[in-house]
Amino acid sequence: MASTIRVRAIANGDTTEVQALIQHPMDSGFVKDAQGAVIPAHFIQQLTFEHNGKAVFTADWGPAVAKDPYVKFGFKGASKGDELKVSWVDNKGASDSTTAKIQ
Amino acid sequence: MSFSIEGFSATRRLVLQGAGAVALFGFGALAARPALAAANDTYPEAAFKQKADKDAIQALYGRTADASDKVKLDAPEIAENGAVVPISVTTTLENVTSISFFVSGNPNALAASYAIPEGTLPAVSNRLKMQQTSNVIAIVEAGGKLYSATKEVKVTVGGCGG
Repeated sequence: MASTIRVRAIANGDTTEVQALIQHPMDSGFVKDAQGAVIPAHFIQQLTFEHNGKAVFTADWGPAVAKDPYVKFGFKGASKGDELKVSWVDNKGASDSTTAKIQ
Repeated sequence: MSFSIEGFSATRRLVLQGAGAVALFGFGALAARPALAAANDTYPEAAFKQKADKDAIQALYGRTADASDKVKLDAPEIAENGAVVPISVTTTLENVTSISFFVSGNPNALAASYAIPEGTLPAVSNRLKMQQTSNVIAIVEAGGKLYSATKEVKVTVGGCGG
């Protein structure tokens, strides 16, 4: 299966700008389906970005993060060709990870 | 692998010592357990369960925040679709260790919390859900203190219900 994570990391001088888009329903647990049954909460709880084994950015998410979440941040100390590891875990214990090359 | 058996019940230990195949399976289960626990340890479950913004901030940081013009919160005046509201924050403060977003009008105020280690820029963009028109609060933790910026976002279609 294709990865749920799309990530783009671009080094510009000393700073690397990272944008990530993840496919996930992010169900809040407050929404009902067409039959009136509550759709149980299903959302990513933790998202981690690692560069050289060091976490450069960690997100703790609740169900109020929008469906197919997007996040953007920047960090220093990486250069072109370095690898950036992205991984997430949701409240049902599912997870995914990918490694992107910094461009 | 004797180190990882420490702390488990005698019956478990006997099973592990019994058959090689069983021991191998048992080791896999043992190895998976601490990894899962470590991931859950840092997740602020209690803060995400709080309903009011003040309680959530208290649960997450254990203190209150002061409004600061050094925290710049960028959110739309009017969000046509509450299911996807683009919100970002930047700050000129130094020694930032974390940035969090709270939506006052949501069933649970805390939406997202980001750890900012040294070397990472104190700026985050993301997209949140909003149930109704309410304040969005960005909290920046810098040098052990909390700074906040608040902005009201009008929502014409809610993002948390049918």
